[in-house]
Amino acid sequence: MSLFKVDKLVTRLRNGATIVDGISFDIAAGETFALLGESGCGKSMTALSLMRLLPDGVVNTGGAVQMDGAALFDLPEHDMREVRGGTMAMIFQEPGLSLNPVMTVGAQIAEVLALHHGIKGAAANARCIELLTQVGIPDAARRVDEYPFQLSGGMKQRVMIAMALAGSPKLLIADEPTTALDVTIQAQVLQLLRETQDTTGMAMLLITHDLGVVAENAHRVGVMYAGQIVEQSTREQLFAKPLHPYTQKLFAALPDARRSGQPLSAILGSVPPLGSITQGCRFAPRCDKAWALCREQTPEWTVVDGRGVRCHLYQSAEERVLSAESPRASDRTLGTQHSVFSTTHSALLQVSDLQVHFPIRKGILQRVIGNVKAVDGVSLSIPQGRTLALVGESGCGKTTLGKALLRLLPATAGSVQFAGKELIGTDAARSTMQMVFQDPYASLNPKMRVAEILEEGMSALGIGDDSAARQTHIDGLLDKVGLARESKWRYPHEFSGGQRQRIAIARALAVSPQLLICDEPTSALDVSVQAQILNLLKELQQELGLSYLFITHNLAVVEYLAHEVCVMYLGRVVERGTTEEVMRSPKHPYTQALLSAVPRIDGAGREYVKLEGDLPSPANPPAGCHFAPRCAHAMTVCSHYPDASRISTTHQVHCHLYNK
Amino acid sequence: MIAYLIRRIIYAVPILIGVNLLTFALFFVVNTPDDMARMQLGVKRVTPEAIEKWKQQRGYDKPLLVNSAANGTAKLTDTVFWQKSASMFVLDFGYSDDGRSIGREITKRMGPSLAIALPTFLVGLVVYVSFALLMTLFRATALDMAGVALCVLLMSVSGLFYIIGGQFVVSKLWHLVPISGYAGGADSFKFVVLPILIGVMGGVGSSSRWYRTIFLEEIGKDYVRTARAKGLSELRVLFTHVLKNAMIPILTGVVVVIPLLFMGSLLTESFFGIPGLGSYTIDAINAQDFSVVRAMVFLGSVLYIVGLILTDISYTVVDPRVRLQ
Amino acid sequence: MSFQLVFLWSDKLIFLLLAAAGVAAWYVRRHEHLLLPWRRVARSSVAMVSLLVLSLFLAVGLLDTLHFRMALPQTSGGEKVYSPEVLSVFDKLVDPLRTHTEKTYSEPFALTLYAKESMPDAQGNVVRDYPRLQYGGAHLTDVSQRDADVLKRALVGGGLGLLVGLLSFYLSHRTLHCASGCDRAVSSATLILTTLIGAVVSLATVYHVLGTDKVGQDVLYLSLKSIRTGLIIGTVTTLVTLPLALFLGVAAGYFRGWVDDVIQYIYTVLSSIPSVLLIAAMVLMMQMFIDQHADWFDLEAKRADARLVCLCLILGITSWTSLCRLLRGETLKLREMEYIQAAQSFGVSSLRILTRHIMPNVMHIVLIALVMDFSALVLAEAVLSYIGVGVDPSMISFGTMINAARLEMGREPMVWWALAAAFGFMLVLVLAANLFADAVRDAFDPRLNRTENAT
Repeated sequence: MSLFKVDKLVTRLRNGATIVDGISFDIAAGETFALLGESGCGKSMTALSLMRLLPDGVVNTGGAVQMDGAALFDLPEHDMREVRGGTMAMIFQEPGLSLNPVMTVGAQIAEVLALHHGIKGAAANARCIELLTQVGIPDAARRVDEYPFQLSGGMKQRVMIAMALAGSPKLLIADEPTTALDVTIQAQVLQLLRETQDTTGMAMLLITHDLGVVAENAHRVGVMYAGQIVEQSTREQLFAKPLHPYTQKLFAALPDARRSGQPLSAILGSVPPLGSITQGCRFAPRCDKAWALCREQTPEWTVVDGRGVRCHLYQSAEERVLSAESPRASDRTLGTQHSVFSTTHSALLQVSDLQVHFPIRKGILQRVIGNVKAVDGVSLSIPQGRTLALVGESGCGKTTLGKALLRLLPATAGSVQFAGKELIGTDAARSTMQMVFQDPYASLNPKMRVAEILEEGMSALGIGDDSAARQTHIDGLLDKVGLARESKWRYPHEFSGGQRQRIAIARALAVSPQLLICDEPTSALDVSVQAQILNLLKELQQELGLSYLFITHNLAVVEYLAHEVCVMYLGRVVERGTTEEVMRSPKHPYTQALLSAVPRIDGAGREYVKLEGDLPSPANPPAGCHFAPRCAHAMTVCSHYPDASRISTTHQVHCHLYNK
Repeated sequence: MIAYLIRRIIYAVPILIGVNLLTFALFFVVNTPDDMARMQLGVKRVTPEAIEKWKQQRGYDKPLLVNSAANGTAKLTDTVFWQKSASMFVLDFGYSDDGRSIGREITKRMGPSLAIALPTFLVGLVVYVSFALLMTLFRATALDMAGVALCVLLMSVSGLFYIIGGQFVVSKLWHLVPISGYAGGADSFKFVVLPILIGVMGGVGSSSRWYRTIFLEEIGKDYVRTARAKGLSELRVLFTHVLKNAMIPILTGVVVVIPLLFMGSLLTESFFGIPGLGSYTIDAINAQDFSVVRAMVFLGSVLYIVGLILTDISYTVVDPRVRLQ
Repeated sequence: MSFQLVFLWSDKLIFLLLAAAGVAAWYVRRHEHLLLPWRRVARSSVAMVSLLVLSLFLAVGLLDTLHFRMALPQTSGGEKVYSPEVLSVFDKLVDPLRTHTEKTYSEPFALTLYAKESMPDAQGNVVRDYPRLQYGGAHLTDVSQRDADVLKRALVGGGLGLLVGLLSFYLSHRTLHCASGCDRAVSSATLILTTLIGAVVSLATVYHVLGTDKVGQDVLYLSLKSIRTGLIIGTVTTLVTLPLALFLGVAAGYFRGWVDDVIQYIYTVLSSIPSVLLIAAMVLMMQMFIDQHADWFDLEAKRADARLVCLCLILGITSWTSLCRLLRGETLKLREMEYIQAAQSFGVSSLRILTRHIMPNVMHIVLIALVMDFSALVLAEAVLSYIGVGVDPSMISFGTMINAARLEMGREPMVWWALAAAFGFMLVLVLAANLFADAVRDAFDPRLNRTENAT
């Protein structure tokens, strides 16, 4: 008997479009059920439907939910309020926005205690401190009286969890609980969720788009696509052999080192808009195994070997054999071609000791009392036709570095040489380096046509003789990035996220740069679309001999795309080397912690190096080695900043452990 | 905090100097004191002697900015600018055309002005916020729609109509309160109740609608969803969570006007014959008494700047995130 | 009969605005993404009905903007001499209303004056009675016939109006392909309006539909003439506000540093003075300046018009600060947008970034602010005229009408019609403007999330 049971849940927009279309699943006590899906597939709306917290304009139009024997949809609102926060609690994606900014942490937790347990006053305060301690907040007695803005992102999510636990729920719904967090913090929170579940025995509905998170925390998985669950199985079954073509594609689209020599198998197109497909299988337009039936008839839920799938492939037994191939069977051609990387490439871009400081002003006269050392003495070099990945968590200064290279921000000190020419302090050679930004929705001016967007750089830098030549060039660019030529007369809002990122890449290429700075170009995109963009970038590199400075926090992308890696921590590079060296044998304790924090889908995760605390403020970094206060190997000598230690000709690390 | 306040006050000085220079330019440069004299004495057939005499009586006969005839600091101090404009920095407003001290008049008239403006402000705030909360609570229902429609209608009506209509109905038809006039002490109640009522009425439309927008914006935020997910009732969510956050934008618009309450309301006071600063200003405008207008302009901007500083301080009270630096 | 065209300053500004609006409309029509929010406006029937009412007001105002002077019969040395009175096309159209002035007050549809007068009766005795009006209902010999006559004329006029409305519908349906534009609310509003206009036109030729004022002028005529003043205050002011707020706000937000400091200083100084006081001070000075230089204006109308234009200028100077602050804030946000940084990394000049990237993306704020300000300005005119710092007393406006009528509040029985007419017309104008502004804001504000976009 399961604790929680959802039966044929249907949720619609008021105008009739179906967002969630007949979803059924159940969760037993102590079990984690993960709903996996890309953005817009309806997984968050499912969660809100279960809590009966749908936003205005969205309504529940069918289905039943059983929680501990009670039919939630039949409860009057008053009784439902007892359930919310009581037997059923929820945590959200953005811990920064989900806490009331003007109430203390303690007051927000105490509200739940008063409402569901009738605990008030000193007892409530004591219980709050207990809960905060339980979720691993140090110095809870002090934190209980602090406001959310005084806490870091990871701490806020811990507070959210404490608040959820305050009602002693039997089911916790976690809606993308770690998406807004850095990878080391994500590891902490995921571990906390696992531990909490072990101690309380509650059931958990984990909503995520990240296969890694599923691999770490879920017991059973439902894969959602366009409002439906297309596949449901245990985690082991899913990771061993996904059945639905969509799930298979999802696995195949994940970048990692094993695939770095070959293109990723991207899923064509993008997730269909809500309610646009009413007939046939929703994945059919993007599925390479689809046949006529898939477009005509909606596949029924089929149970195969104790797991469910919604695909015509499995409706007759003989076809099952045909399709049951492991998605990774053919991928075992390990590409170790990076290891032949040599330092003989002459550097196209040579950055030495670059510093970008922002002054902090204070007092009556606004005197400068200190500096935020966003970039504090970074040196790196990128050879022609190579990719350097700059890895680090948010706040480490990697984006600032990229902007300083493009002279969008003034450098405080240091030198940037491009092909031997000094760039700092000049406005020259703008066409040689261009940037691809993170957010494809913010990086294109909504009021300009694609042609105007692409032409802007050319006319600013005087490239192309006349209008006709430029138009031809624009057509060529669109071909190159895989967009139709007609699209140049359209406006950005008519394109999907992936297409917009293609336009952004075309814009950067319009002035024929030799180096592209890619600032998290795929982090705002779904996995399936990310694969398309990564493939495109790789093709362009081979075709045009481009160099990339690839700024990212996604280590899987690094392994797939980069030749060399620099790991940044608080404005400084702590380790650099070839991808093979850094990823396979990280030396710096921070790199080790970072790598171990990444959830691995193969289940063969290495020993998790737990990282305590949060990233210190770059305004007031620890003296000496910035990482020392969080480092398990810290020594007294760490109060001095370590010089570079050479591990090999290409591998350097700034750590006293290797300073001999 | 203290350092911040000191900096704000220091920053106010150039603003006030700017205001001062602006008024000086407006009152003495666009039109010279000669023009003023001619205006006051009647444009036609004014003898130069009469003009000189008029200027002398009011101290406008001095040079505007630099007195080259004087010695030492008097070069700068014995001028129209120094005596008429710069002196306002020490709140010395000089004398009006009828020879009375403007400073004394201001202190005397602040009381009646406040007697109307302060209750209007407080009652108004309560009424507007309550009405807005009511609409928010019933958002997207017929009640909310009707409320918004009513607000739009009310804000489309001229403020003069509320005054004239109110006087006509309440005083003339129903004889509930006197049409106009003012008395100190306990008697004042019957004189101030109608102006206050009308003042509150005049702001219902725009203010309630504005607050409703603020509430709706807050209610769409993530923390409200969290509060609901805890099992709080909609009323609790509105009062403990939304209201507290909505106070922050509301304060921006509200606190800044508190010091300006001293200035009274021009229209209300003149219609109801309240001897406050508002009617003082109107009378001065009608009599073209420039020294009074100048004084009120300066006083107004001083109070506005005080209001800005008060706004900043009030932020630290309602918003824990704000630590003034 | 010959005439001489007169272009007052305000006329020229209105034509300038019209031309600008025309160019803008032409530009928007050619750009689908700019047209999109307007389509949303067009889908709101409230907005379309408001627009209909507004365009009626606008039509009256525009007709009232074409000014000319009639030639006088006499000539001076072969030169034509023109009347000092400046008339507009609108004046000519409603000539009876303008010329049918009574002695003093009379109630709406009255046949007699409001006050008793001593006059000789048929027998030659002097009696005190209400004298018959010179024009109002003069065609009636029997006073008791009035109600029936009013009803008959209203019905006939209304019926004719309805007919014209239906006819125009029939014609427009045949020529235009009406899809969404001809929705029920708009068509019924049109029919109601044509009926109303028909009835009023038929009645106004023989009655004073809204009574007469102190000097016997028809109140309906005064109300209609006030429309132009209100429209000018509401629109010409934007000619001052818009460039100031747009250029300064965007420059402050984009360049920051000392540019920002200076611009912020200017608007803090201006906004720190209570606006009514600042307007009063400036108007007083302007008034004095114009009085001192009365010889600059050869016509009375030109002087009054100069005051009106100056008032717009002053209102503009005192009201650009809030929009400027808004635009500065928005620009501060926009300049951190990635597409601006992309342009900067190409070395695109600041001027080009401002005109190509920032201005198009703040235009919705400008538009919303302008339509929202319109009604506030129309209301402000009445208040300012009351305080004595509004338009010239000789200029017909809602403010001067209210001001004049207010003085008669104490009379028994009360003279209510002039007040009611002024407030009524103002309410309709401002209400229509507010409702339209709301629809524009809903359609243009990207922060209001729309469900239609989500699908």
